Amino acid sequence: MSDTDTIDAVLDRHRRDGTRLMQILRETQEQLGWLAPATLTRIAEAVAWPRAKVEGTADFYSFFHTRPLGRYRVLWSDNITDRMLGNIDLMDAMCKKLWLEPGRVSEDGLVSVDTTSCTGMCDQGPALLVNYRAITRLTPARVGEMVGLIRSETPVADWPAEWFAVEDNIRRKDILLGHGLVPGEALAAALERGPEKMLAEIKAAGLRGRGGAGFGTGLKWEACRNAPGQGDNPAHYVVCNADEGEPGTFKDRVLLSSYADLVFEGISIAGLVVGARKGLLYLRGEYRYLLEGLESALAARRQAGLLGANILGTAFDFDIEIHLGAGAYICGEESALIESLEGKPGRPRIRPPFPVTQGYLGQPTTVNNVETLAASCLIASHGSAWYLAHGTGKSAGSKILSISGDCERPGIYEYPYGVTVRQVLADCGATQCQAVQVSGPSGICLAEEEFGRRIAFEDIPTAGALMVFDESRDMFEVARNFAHFFAHESCGFCTPCRVGTTLVRNLMDKIARQHGSPYDINELFKLHRLMQGASHCGLGNSACNPVFDTLNKFRPAYERRLMSLDYEPAFDLDAALSQARQMTGRDDVGAHLSTHLPNGAEA
Amino acid sequence: MNETQTFQLDGEDIPFAPGQSIMQAATAHGAYIPHLCWHPDFAAHGSCKLCTVKVNGRFGSSCTMAAQAGMSVENRTAELDDKRRTLLQMLFVEGNHFCPSCEKSGNCALQATAYELKMMSPHFDMFYPDRPVDASHPDVLLDFNRCIMCSLCVTASAEVDGKNIFYMGGRGLLGRRVHVSSESGRLGDTNFALSDRAASICPVGVILPKRRGFAVPIGERKYDKAPISAQVKERV
Repeated sequence: MSDTDTIDAVLDRHRRDGTRLMQILRETQEQLGWLAPATLTRIAEAVAWPRAKVEGTADFYSFFHTRPLGRYRVLWSDNITDRMLGNIDLMDAMCKKLWLEPGRVSEDGLVSVDTTSCTGMCDQGPALLVNYRAITRLTPARVGEMVGLIRSETPVADWPAEWFAVEDNIRRKDILLGHGLVPGEALAAALERGPEKMLAEIKAAGLRGRGGAGFGTGLKWEACRNAPGQGDNPAHYVVCNADEGEPGTFKDRVLLSSYADLVFEGISIAGLVVGARKGLLYLRGEYRYLLEGLESALAARRQAGLLGANILGTAFDFDIEIHLGAGAYICGEESALIESLEGKPGRPRIRPPFPVTQGYLGQPTTVNNVETLAASCLIASHGSAWYLAHGTGKSAGSKILSISGDCERPGIYEYPYGVTVRQVLADCGATQCQAVQVSGPSGICLAEEEFGRRIAFEDIPTAGALMVFDESRDMFEVARNFAHFFAHESCGFCTPCRVGTTLVRNLMDKIARQHGSPYDINELFKLHRLMQGASHCGLGNSACNPVFDTLNKFRPAYERRLMSLDYEPAFDLDAALSQARQMTGRDDVGAHLSTHLPNGAEA
Repeated sequence: MNETQTFQLDGEDIPFAPGQSIMQAATAHGAYIPHLCWHPDFAAHGSCKLCTVKVNGRFGSSCTMAAQAGMSVENRTAELDDKRRTLLQMLFVEGNHFCPSCEKSGNCALQATAYELKMMSPHFDMFYPDRPVDASHPDVLLDFNRCIMCSLCVTASAEVDGKNIFYMGGRGLLGRRVHVSSESGRLGDTNFALSDRAASICPVGVILPKRRGFAVPIGERKYDKAPISAQVKERV
């Protein structure tokens, strides 16, 4: 099959519909390896979009390439938890064996090795993606074997199956993970109630969004239900946000691996309530390996009369489609996610209007977290009174926590709302604990004196990531990792976030090189104040949180790196010599300024 | 029937029609709110954030925020102008802006706004990005070194010219850029024309006509004669 035939087959499968561009680009790239200029031209002509618009989407997402990046693309997950498990040493070893520099493609076009944002395998890292397939629990031996397989050009499909195993690591079940429902049970209960009573039940149960913001699910569904459809083809949509990109979070991975029916049932219940005929599951590109399993779960539900026309013999018609993302944290923001669903770069929209009135294709859309939708099944089956009996007065139900970092038993823990951080730490076997990062980089960093605080909307609202740091960890390096994350993930739309995240990253790197001064700390605070108020969306608003929290709670980690001056210029003469060192292959004492000798060296 | 509704901008009453943004109402009234990506002829883009104001203690973009009767809007306060100065400095360091040798000097909204806000230095370290110059078109030069990602060329080409020559793509500081709609990425391979609205919309010096340089001497140009804040009415 020629490249043109391959592209045309993909285009036809997607009805030459530009709003399906993300899927068109992904499927084309999976077959052709990269998105060549002529490929983009052909796609643009077929979907009748300006070529620059197609290119704009193609070069927004980390997992699309508009230049060849090798037949083997290795991406090391670079969350702080991967770092703590030694990913950088392993990556360096891999690069050395392959005679490669990170980020570069080998001369023969065989392989490239680079880092990527957290791949959601923090409980079984260090992890990587090879041609967008997840590999977990990397060791030096595994890296050595992998290099051999790459050199011998063994297809990834023939690599040892156990490398691709992803464990659920469920350590504690509560009402959701121990639900005991059979497929169709919750949906049948919802259909029997009817949409109005089901909505009333969700509101009475006090269900709130599990993605972290905690907006009332009933209110959201009601606003969407009440909003009129627009134009000639009015419709309502349910979108399940499975773009689980917040570093340290992996609960949705487990829900979609082992509780897919519950999630699909929740999407269907939401569809019934808001009056939708179609649901969309937006699955992050890092979870590409889940796609086939999810598709077959959908097929089984269609077979069982739980999706499609006249569901369970009623007049309710509903189906679910899966869209894959392509490596962009910002798509977890609901309006950016909708842009992505429509085939565009994931840039948050100006709001109002909110998605509940004008969302996907301009129609009323409710976007809900995977866990929220799954939880709605419990309310459908057991009713609001039963649900309210779990959790606290203001936070009904349970919360699934993703726990990683310095603890004996990382994994998935479900608790009724109200559990203290201290209790969670005891259960997962965290000792000598210095700090816990809750809700990922955009969340909050808790120091030991705050471990009595509770996981609940009235105290710590969270999507459920807890990254644990023991006393041996350097909290400055934690914050620096997060600063790099935000600089990589800023969409670039607004000035404060586009430029500010990089300025913060550079300041943190300057301090790490021991070139910082109190002046630089003040600059960090100044950027925090600007970005928090002026940014277009939550990413820019929260991008300085980890720096701000660690500066306030772990100041010595910064101060011991500072020079005792008021001001130190960013220009680093020794660093400026690094290119000359590289070109001459020298790294000896004479190739450095006397004040900047490598550790241990003496002039 | 309806009495004219007003809100307060730094204590001054500003009348507005329902549906107008704070920026639209202020501009129609002749009041200056610093801005770069907003243009009276087009829908708000909301990306430069220069027009950030404070309403009831909360920050927001005045180009996207609807005017409401009785609201009290802070605009040219020391706090807000300080933030704007930082945003301007960010725009200066992320691109390559060499005002003394730029044909747009004196006619440039970025430069004029920097003067207005008394920006005395770039403050941050320059990034010196590697950005291309495209001289492929017979009549127009594209110098992306000066791009501030305002998207006005994208909007003008799509909405006025009906050509869709430009599109904002890429991600983050290094990736974000204007794409030109041709397989080569060159303007010369498009049907762009000097008479397009998009050819004259750029607030900085990215899109410049060829063979015409310094026709008006520096010192006698638009913002040399009066500050940008005194030329609000002329925009409408």
